[in-house]
Formats: sequence, C-alpha cells, structure tokens
Amino acid sequence: MTAIPIMWLRQVKRYLRSKARIVGSLGQPLLFLVALGFGFGPIYEKAGGGNYLEFLAPGVIAMSILFTSMFSGIEVIWDRRFGFLKETLVAPVSRISIMIGRTLGGATVAIMQGVIITLISFALGFRIHSFWALPIALLFMLLVALMFTALGTAIASRLEDMQAFPLIMNLLIMPIFFLSGSLFPVTNLPRALDIVIRLNPLSYGVDGLRGALTGAYQFGFALDFAVLAGATILFSVIGAWMFSKIEL
Amino acid sequence: MQAIAVKDLVKDFKGLKAVDGISFEVKQGEIFAFLGPNGAGKTTTIKMLTTLSRPTAGSVSVNGYNPLYQQADVRKSFGIVFQDPSLDDELTAMENLEFHAALYGVPKEVAKERISYLFEFVGLESRKHFLVKTFSGGMKRRLEIARGLIHHPKILFLDEPTLGLDPQTRKAMWKHILELNKKESMTVFLTTHYLEEAEKMADRIAIIDLGKIVAQGALSEIKKSTKSKTLEEAFLKLTGHSIREESATAADHMRQAKRMWGR
Repeated sequence: MTAIPIMWLRQVKRYLRSKARIVGSLGQPLLFLVALGFGFGPIYEKAGGGNYLEFLAPGVIAMSILFTSMFSGIEVIWDRRFGFLKETLVAPVSRISIMIGRTLGGATVAIMQGVIITLISFALGFRIHSFWALPIALLFMLLVALMFTALGTAIASRLEDMQAFPLIMNLLIMPIFFLSGSLFPVTNLPRALDIVIRLNPLSYGVDGLRGALTGAYQFGFALDFAVLAGATILFSVIGAWMFSKIEL
Repeated sequence: MQAIAVKDLVKDFKGLKAVDGISFEVKQGEIFAFLGPNGAGKTTTIKMLTTLSRPTAGSVSVNGYNPLYQQADVRKSFGIVFQDPSLDDELTAMENLEFHAALYGVPKEVAKERISYLFEFVGLESRKHFLVKTFSGGMKRRLEIARGLIHHPKILFLDEPTLGLDPQTRKAMWKHILELNKKESMTVFLTTHYLEEAEKMADRIAIIDLGKIVAQGALSEIKKSTKSKTLEEAFLKLTGHSIREESATAADHMRQAKRMWGR
C-alpha cells in the first residue's frame, strides 16, 4: 500500500512542474468558452434556451477533465517508452497499488484542471445558483476524473507506443466529448443520437455537473451518480486487470 | 540453496525463439556472468527471471520462489540495474532515489544515509536537486547504478551495468558490489560485453547464443574446453565472428512506418 501515496505524489509533481502543459491545456477549453459561449449565445437565447454560457460552462469543465484524465492514464505509454514503467513493475509492491496510486494522481491533476476552468468560467460571467453547488460539483468532477483515468490506463496497458494515439484521440475522446450533451441540450434529438448519448458515461458527468452548478438536471442527481459510480468501478477494475497483465 | 534455478526455459515471440530451452543454476553468494552476443537472449532471460515477462515453457525459481505465481516474493528478493534507461526525467535525481527507497521499503533513516553516500560515490552530489532530464547519458547511467544499490537485495541483476560508464565509476561500482557480495552474501547476476570484467569478477560463467547456452562453468573450465587463453578467445570460438542483428533493425522501423501509412 505504500506505493499509493508515492505514485500519487509523482503524478501531481509532474503536473505542477510542467507549466507549459498546464497553460497549454487551458487553451482549448478557453477557446470553447469564448468562441462557442459568446458566438452561439445570441442564437441560443433567441431559440428560448436562455443563457448559453450558463449551459456551456459545465460541459467545458467536463471536457477539460475528460482530456486531462485520459492523458494521465495514457501516460503509461510514455513511461513504457522512457523506461520508468520497468522501475515500478519490478518493485516489491502490488501492481494494483501502483495502478490505484497512478489513477488517484491522474484524477487529482484532472480535478485541478477542472477547478481552474471553473474559475475561468466565473471570470467570463458564469454564475452558480448556490454555494452548495461546489461540493456536489467536486464530487462529479472526481467521478469523471477517476473513470477516465482508469479507462486511459486500461487502454495504454495494451499499447506499445504512441502510434495508436491519434486513433484514441479521434475515435474515442472526441466522440465521448461531442456526444455527451456538453455542447447542446439532449432533448428532441434523433433517436439514434439520443441512444448514443444515453450510453455515453460522460453524459451523466456533464448532467451531474450542470445540475450541481446551475440546478438544471436532465437525468437527475440519483441516476447521474449511480451511472458514474458504476462506470468508475467497472473501468477501475478493467484498468487494474489490464495493468496487472502488462509484460515488457 | 540455489539463488536462481532455470530449467528448459523457452520464450517464443510469435515463432521466434528468443530463448530456446536453457538450463542453469546460480548458487547463493556467487557472481554469475551471463554472456552472449547482441540478441542472444540475455535480456529476455532477465525479464523472465524478474517477473517482467512470462516464460512460454520451462521452470524458473528465484530465491526459491516462482516468478509466475509468487511475484511479490520474487520481487522482494532482487534488485536490478537495467540495460536501458528507467529513470523519471521529470523528477530530480534525489526524488528518483527517494522514490526507489520508498517503493522498496527502505527505512527513512537508512535510505537517507545510503543515498547521500551513493551520491558522493557516483559523483553527482552537486547535481542531486537537478531534474534528470538535464543530465547527460553518462550521468543518468551513474544515477541508475546508485539507485540499484539503495536497497541491499539478496540477488542483484546487472544488465550491462558498465555500458557507457567511465573507468572511475566502473571501478567504484565494482568495489561497492564486491563488498556487498562478501558482507551480505549478495548473489550477482551479470550480463556484460566487457569480457575482461566477467573474467575478473565472475565465479562462474554461462555463454548464450541464439537462445541456447553453448558453454557454462568456471572460467578455467571454459578456457580449457575450448583450448583458449582468454575468455574473449573462448567467446569468439563459441559464438563465431559474424555480427548479430538486434531484434529491431532500421528496416523494421521502416516497415512499421509503412504499415502506419497504410501501404
């Protein structure tokens, strides 16, 4: 169990040290907030949707957590490439504890990123409906972050190098983001799209965050929480199993 | 007791037998040199001994445990210095060593003492708070050696440890290792291309080529059976003069790139 805090600390230290990574990963969410938030704002309002930034901000927060946590998970490939993975895999600690430490570290980093985006949204005019929104929002951030760090770890455990990276990016992360209700309301959609969105675990993370921050749940707190908790456990078990099977 | 016992060990990579039915034993407290040309199967064997890779067939015992089923016990009993880099570039030299000490459960006070001693001994004292990514190849190598010596394992695997090391560090490293070997009866499993090193240090030697062991025994036995004066002469007689291919050649990389572009 000693490996858990050590691996956690390592992930967090690496993140805090790479200033370029922090600043760089803020660019995309900021762009989404400004370009989409202010760009589509008037149309959204005219269509009777209300304040678009209010709607969009939770989606973009979820997006930044999705990206950061997936990349944290996928860091296993880097560690394999640069050799550090070997050092941890021959150490006399269980692989499960290494995996848990890594996942908690990756999730912590993703939550920090999510909190920064939340603060930026505030600066752009986003308002929460009550102070109690924050702890509930943090809970949903945690679940989304854990879930996707574990998923990233599971995927990276099977990959030898970065060549498959564009594949993951375009066939997994992007669809998860776009088909989650983070950018548009999930009402009155074509049947097929509606089904896909309901099968996407991020949809419940976005809804939970949006519900917590603005009070407007679509699926409801209980369903959001249940689906996310279930998916997080499932992905963690799969991730731990795949990680324990790594051969070098 | 045998520190390491290997019987009919095979590792098959999709039809390519990297290790093809080898058997050998390493006694406790012995310095054992495992020699062979590039791509002979040395590193693959070490990976199977150290739980990083599963054997295709055969049996392995490390410190009396089976690396397939008793991974935790096996991992507790050995330390390893890898052939290729395994440091975290984004951490400082100090953090890398502290990380290692914590993972191996070395008590804090002991770790502190050993780390400061090891920094001095590999000449990185003044650089200990620098990020490893700022280090040169040789400095990284020295740091890896230092890291491998923080905990005192029962069995120490050294996979070409002295590759790229200056003579000063090489000498200091061996002095330290021989001390541990004597004092704590630490078993050493060494692969190296510096045959003089093996000649000088090893109690027993095994030579592997194309996945098969072609000779093993004490230095004198190997020299005698091949009618050679030096280990190098014996080595060349046993393994021939042709230069071997490593597993991934430039051509392989080209092929891979081609596949990637879908042609």
